[in-house]
Amino acid sequence: MSIPLKGQNKGISPVFNKRITVNIKHVIKTLFIHLCMILIAFFFLVPILWMLSTALKLRWEIFAWPPEWLPREPHWENFREAFKRVPMWGYMWNTLRIIFFKVIGELFAVPLVAYAFARFRFPGKKVLFLLVISTMMIPLQTKLIPLFSMYVRFGLIDSYWPLILPAFTGTPFFIFLMVQYIKTMPRDLDDAARIDGLNNYGILYRILIPLCVPALTITVTYTFLWTWNEFLQPLIYLNSYEKYTIQLGLEMFKGMWSVEWNLLMAATLSTMLPVLVLYFFAQKKLIGGIATLGLKG
Amino acid sequence: MKRSKRSAIDRRQTIDAYVCISPWLIGFLIFTIMPISFTIYYSFTRWTIMEPPVWIGLKNYIFMFTKDPIFWQSLKVTSLYVVMSLPIIIIFGLLLALLLNLKIRGMNLYRTLFYIPAVISGVSVAMLWTWLLQPDVGMVNTLLDLVGIKGPGWFWDPVWALPSVASMSVWKVGGSAVIYLAGLQNIPPQLYEAARIDGAGRRQAFFKITIPLLTPTLFFQLIIQMIECFKVFTEAFVITKGGPLKATYFYLLYFYEEGFQHFNTGYASALILVLVTVIMGMTVFVNYTSKRWVYYAGEDRAS
Repeated sequence: MSIPLKGQNKGISPVFNKRITVNIKHVIKTLFIHLCMILIAFFFLVPILWMLSTALKLRWEIFAWPPEWLPREPHWENFREAFKRVPMWGYMWNTLRIIFFKVIGELFAVPLVAYAFARFRFPGKKVLFLLVISTMMIPLQTKLIPLFSMYVRFGLIDSYWPLILPAFTGTPFFIFLMVQYIKTMPRDLDDAARIDGLNNYGILYRILIPLCVPALTITVTYTFLWTWNEFLQPLIYLNSYEKYTIQLGLEMFKGMWSVEWNLLMAATLSTMLPVLVLYFFAQKKLIGGIATLGLKG
Repeated sequence: MKRSKRSAIDRRQTIDAYVCISPWLIGFLIFTIMPISFTIYYSFTRWTIMEPPVWIGLKNYIFMFTKDPIFWQSLKVTSLYVVMSLPIIIIFGLLLALLLNLKIRGMNLYRTLFYIPAVISGVSVAMLWTWLLQPDVGMVNTLLDLVGIKGPGWFWDPVWALPSVASMSVWKVGGSAVIYLAGLQNIPPQLYEAARIDGAGRRQAFFKITIPLLTPTLFFQLIIQMIECFKVFTEAFVITKGGPLKATYFYLLYFYEEGFQHFNTGYASALILVLVTVIMGMTVFVNYTSKRWVYYAGEDRAS
C-alpha cells in the first residue's frame, strides 16, 4: 500500500503548500481506489479460498457450529483420498491426450488458413472470410444431432475422434485471430523472401510462422483451457468410464460422494489447478487475445 | 506478354490460396454446412436415431407450439435467465472495467485476479457454487446467519433456484470487463485533453466522450453475451438437473434430454432450430436498433 505514496512524495517542497494539499488529496484518492479494488478482489477470490479451506478440513469440521473458517490443521491427505476414490489421474491423462492432438490439429490448420486470408487475393475471399466469422456465432448444439448420428454410423462413438477431428480444420476464432496477427506484419518481409527464391509456402513456414509465436501461443493456451473445461461434447460422445475427461469425471464424482464435501472440493480444486497455473503464466497474452476479438469482431 | 504473366501469378495465387484454406473449407462442409442442413431436414421428421426418419411436415413445430407445456416452460425459464443475467454482465462488467481503467499502480495484479473466475468454467465452477450455496452449511448462508438473516434454499428452492443460477454470472463478470477495458483503452487520450481545454468537467467527458465511443464495444458485448446466456446448460445440468419443479429447466437441457436421452432426435432438431431462430431474431433486433445508439468514429452523424 505504501508504494504509490513513495512515488507521489517525490519532489514535494514545503514551500508549495497548494501542491501538498493536491498531493494529499491524490494519495487519499489512490488509497480509496486500492481499498475498493481489494474489496472486489476479496469478493472474487473468497469462493476459491473457501474451497481450499473445505478441501483441507475433516468431515466434522465442515459441519461444525459455530463455523470454523480454517481447518485446525491442513489435511492434505484429502487430496490423496479424492484421487483414490475416482481415477482423477486417468481422467487428467485422457484430457491431456485429447488436448495434445487438438493442438497439433490447430497448429497445422490455423496458420495455413489464416495465411491465405491475410495475404492472398483470390475469388470468393470476402464471402469465405465472412463465413469464417459468422460460424463463430452458430451454437454448437445446432449441429450436434447430425454429427452424433454421423459418428454413430462410422462407429466413432466412445472414441476421442469426434472431439479431436474438428481441430484439424481450424477453429474460426483462432483463424480470425491469426489473420489479424499476420496482417500486422509488413509485406516487405514476404517480398524480400520471394526475391530470395522462397515460394508461398516457404514464406509461411520459414518467415511468418516464427514471427507468429505470440498468436500461436494464444491458440495453444486457449485450446488447452477450452478442452480442459469442455463438458457437453465429451458428455455426448463418450460412454465408458475409463475414457472420461476430467470434467465428466468430476461430475460423476459429485453423483457418487455428494456429502463428502472435503473430498469433493479437493477434487474440484485439483481440476481447476492446471487451468489456474496456465493462466498465471499466460495471462497477459490471453487477456490481449480476448481484447483483440472484442475490438474487431 | 506482361498481362499473361500477371494472370499466371494470379492463377498460381488462387490455387495456393485454395490449397491453404482447404482444411477449413472441408471442415466447413463436413462440420457446419452438412450438419445444419440435416438438422433442418430432421426437424420435419419423426425420427428416433434407431429407425430411419419419417417425413411429417410441420407436425413437430405444431406440437411444440400448441401441445408442449415443457417447451414453453423451458423457453420462459431461459428468457428469464437472460433478462436477469445479461444486465449483470453488461452493467457490472462496465463498472469493473471503469475501475480497472484508473491509472494506479498494481492495476495489472487486480486485472489478473478479477479475470480468474472467467477462465475456470464448466463443471468445477458449478461444483464450487453448489457448495457455496448449500442451504445448511454453505458459506453464503453461514455468513447470512452471522448477521441474523435466515438464508434461502438457493438452488433447492423453486423460487430462488433461477436467480441463484443467474447470480453466478456476477462472479464471472471479469470476462466481460476485459473486453470493455480494451474498448476503453482504445479511446484516444487526445479527446479528453481537448475536452479539458474546452472546459469540460469529468462528468461531461464521461458522458460525451467515454460512453459514445464505447457504444461499439457495448454493441458487440450485447450480442455475444446474449448468445452465451441463451446457451446456459452446464450449470443446470450439474447443479439442479432442471429442478426444483422445472424452475431451472433451461432450453438446452430440454434439447439435451430429448435428443440424447430419449433419442427423440427429430423433435430435438426442431427444438434447437426454434432456439436459433429466437437468438437470430434478437441479434437482428439489436442490430436494427444499433443504428440509433452505436457511434462509429469517422461516420458523418450530422446527415
